[in-house]
Amino acid sequence: MVVAPLDVKRTDELRSLLATINRVPGMANPDNEIIPFGRLPDLHFARIVVLEDQTLDDITTAYGLPRRNYPLYLAFLADFDGDVDRFRNQMISIASKGLEQIFSFCTDFKPGMDIARWMKQHEHRPSTMYINWVGRTMQQIREENALRQVVQTFVFNSGPKFQTSAPEEIRRAIKGFVASQPLKLTPIGKMSLSWRIKNLAHLIFVPIILLFLTPLIVLYLPFFAFQLRRREKSDMEIAPRPTAEYVNKLARIEDYDVTNQFTAMGSLKPGLFRRWLLIYLLWLIEYTTRHVYTRGHLARVPSIHFARWVFIDNKQRLVFCSNYDGSLESYMDDFINKVAFGLNVVFSNGIGYPTTNWLFFQGAKDEQKFKYFIRRHELPTEVWYDGHTGLTNFDLKRNTLIRSGLEQQSMTNAEAKQWLQLL
Amino acid sequence: MSNEVDYDDVQGLVRFAFGKLDGACFYLVRIKDAGAARSWLASARVTSARTLSPPPETALQVGFTVDGLRKLGVPDDAITGFAPEFVAGMAEESRARRLGDVGDNAPVKWSWGWSDQTPHLVIMMYSKKDALAQCEAEFKGPSWDTAFQELERLGTDDLGDVEPFGFVDGISQPTIDWDGKRKIKGDQFVYSNIVSLGEFLLGYSNEYNEYTDRPLLDPTSKGAAELLPALDQPQKKDLGRNGTYLVMRQLVQNVRGFWQFADAAAHSNPDERNRLAEAMLGRKLDGSPLLPLQNQPIDGVGPDKEDLAYNQFTFGTDPVGDRCPLGSHVRRANPRNADFPNPVTGMISHFIQLLGFGRKGLRDDLMSPTRFHRLVRRGREYGPGVSPEQALQPPQPGEGENGLHFICINSNIARQFEFVQGAWLTSTKFDGLSEESDPMLGDRAAVAGCPEPNTFSRPRDSGLRERCSGLPQFVTVRGGAYFFLPSLRALRYFATIGS
Repeated sequence: MVVAPLDVKRTDELRSLLATINRVPGMANPDNEIIPFGRLPDLHFARIVVLEDQTLDDITTAYGLPRRNYPLYLAFLADFDGDVDRFRNQMISIASKGLEQIFSFCTDFKPGMDIARWMKQHEHRPSTMYINWVGRTMQQIREENALRQVVQTFVFNSGPKFQTSAPEEIRRAIKGFVASQPLKLTPIGKMSLSWRIKNLAHLIFVPIILLFLTPLIVLYLPFFAFQLRRREKSDMEIAPRPTAEYVNKLARIEDYDVTNQFTAMGSLKPGLFRRWLLIYLLWLIEYTTRHVYTRGHLARVPSIHFARWVFIDNKQRLVFCSNYDGSLESYMDDFINKVAFGLNVVFSNGIGYPTTNWLFFQGAKDEQKFKYFIRRHELPTEVWYDGHTGLTNFDLKRNTLIRSGLEQQSMTNAEAKQWLQLL
Repeated sequence: MSNEVDYDDVQGLVRFAFGKLDGACFYLVRIKDAGAARSWLASARVTSARTLSPPPETALQVGFTVDGLRKLGVPDDAITGFAPEFVAGMAEESRARRLGDVGDNAPVKWSWGWSDQTPHLVIMMYSKKDALAQCEAEFKGPSWDTAFQELERLGTDDLGDVEPFGFVDGISQPTIDWDGKRKIKGDQFVYSNIVSLGEFLLGYSNEYNEYTDRPLLDPTSKGAAELLPALDQPQKKDLGRNGTYLVMRQLVQNVRGFWQFADAAAHSNPDERNRLAEAMLGRKLDGSPLLPLQNQPIDGVGPDKEDLAYNQFTFGTDPVGDRCPLGSHVRRANPRNADFPNPVTGMISHFIQLLGFGRKGLRDDLMSPTRFHRLVRRGREYGPGVSPEQALQPPQPGEGENGLHFICINSNIARQFEFVQGAWLTSTKFDGLSEESDPMLGDRAAVAGCPEPNTFSRPRDSGLRERCSGLPQFVTVRGGAYFFLPSLRALRYFATIGS
């Protein structure tokens, strides 16, 4: 995520420029002239958002501390396949003028600068990154979707001829047909060697570090419990209903696609306790997203494509960005009814979050306050690009299963029936 | 302070469908003269939810849109306490997109509910069919024409137990926990048809064990003294308590189109035609479910024998829709699931599933728990009525349209009505399906990157779906609005506050 301070006086001008990228409010035209996202074949999602924190006065309301006047930032982020340097260069090669035009609104960017270097300097790495299906590339998504369409057309145009056949017979007929088609199915690549080494090291070393930390953690636990409970009992909730005008700003750019974007930000509660707790928890969650939740669901939630938690301003503020299937109401339903504990442990370290009970409990379960809190911290995403419009995580998973079933040599009739149910 | 519901303060429609009163009409009016409207409201004999013996011969119910409340001079600080979706209104642009009100359903094409055709009030009158005219005259009284300008008089017709397509209707309703017996502690592992009172009446605790937001007034503010206190904040007066939201949509049903489509798809085989239609709805024409009843009882279903025969089932035994297709109307409207997709057998199994492990089916966790998305339906049909057999013939010249005045009651419009409508009924991705919307009432507009949702599919023995494609849109929205259905105390408040 590239984060750079904006020239505050020119924000409106920037917003009007960004609006010209969009096909409908908030959603980028893939062929727009400023950044033609559609020409980046490895790009899943991208967004450009002005990080205009609506909640900077909360620290005064809740803790009597002076408002911190952070710079107003522009954030640019993308979810793509492969190496970041390669992606950045590819993007610059097709959109250097447009990027320059946008970044010129940042206080420390001058036209003619080395864009790649500037972007790199402003890169903020996420503390936690979630990917619905680690390793599934855009190429794979495109090829598998084309495969499904070909198979479905074949099956549903073949009329009654399949009605009496055994499932495995049908599967084989489909397999034969697909083999005769000019379809490209690139073998699913392995992640790069350096990625795999890093990932393996992460897999091993985090538990080792944890193991070493355990005695300290155990010793600290009673104090921790005391510190936590004291804060939970006194921290103020700030969750008034957001104004209709603000909600409308957010809602007017939603639901043009089966997938939606979500960007939110807020300040951490003051003090080292919350800061270290959040750093520690995001570090643990990152472990689960890298090694446990890599195949289609984050805990119980199947609807999130990509999500990231990024610290900014010397870890005084946190930005959360995600791409999810369905509308916001169903996203919040997932939050509250399926992973309330997961939201609580992270976001209860932010100012004003609905009161939690022992870190895991209550919090998001206070439905209405939680929804207000979320909407109030959410930001209108000026530009959002979806590289596979119309496809949900479930669609992508089904396409992958269709492909893998087709690649099998043989199946029992029961297996073949399950496979046919995917079509 | 007593938690008991004062039935005298609740409008009767929340508790009763007035089924014995087979005549009904709904006036959508705008206020011409606020003073006259106030006095009409002050003297209106609005029917309460108290059980009367003998039951009343007539009933009167009154709901308000936000425009109506403003017109009556309800102060802004009270109005801003109502649900944001109520204040914004049904026809708001981004909301229309979510509700499937696009294309032919778009608010700009509505005959009411949009722009200056937005009603201020809905005034609902019920009586025996042949006494309706007299009942209307009595309820209207002498000041009606001074007070109101009629936008529409929505008439209804009693088609017996069936809705216009010919299916037995209104047989599945949540059982409201009027007595506050339902105690919710954490996750619910079994589907229950008993739903917290707070889901249908403001001022009481809901399925989250919380109180839905509503206007709470300072006791010293004008008119507030007469209101009940808020149960969760006794220092405040609760303008919402014993009131709720009423969603109304006029749905035109193309009955001939529906049956003629089914007939063509079934190659004019009458049995197959009915089977297809029943699969689309997810119940048989006589209302019985497509899957066998289960042995273990469901809380809130029964003891009435008919209710047991209609409703003692869930879809747990039918994960791929072999008996009742996944995309059928009733599965979309009420998936009958609990908080977890698989049975929870103890603390460990609870914990494992909470972390997202122990998944069994492809579709696990695609669905939200049903209990947060229930509606009490109070709709009435209209039109001459066409039987499925007649529907296969060309229309009679000058034949009137058939349809449904869809009416439902809920205390959180966004989480209940809008969620059911947007995330379930008209969603083109419901339960992992694609290219489908609700076969009966869905719109057929394609979402970006998706094919038109004009397909309906049923599983076959081989595993391959049987795809019925080219479904036209059978239901068109003709109008709609969100109303607040106040308590009788709040009604008196509205009738006096602006004067």
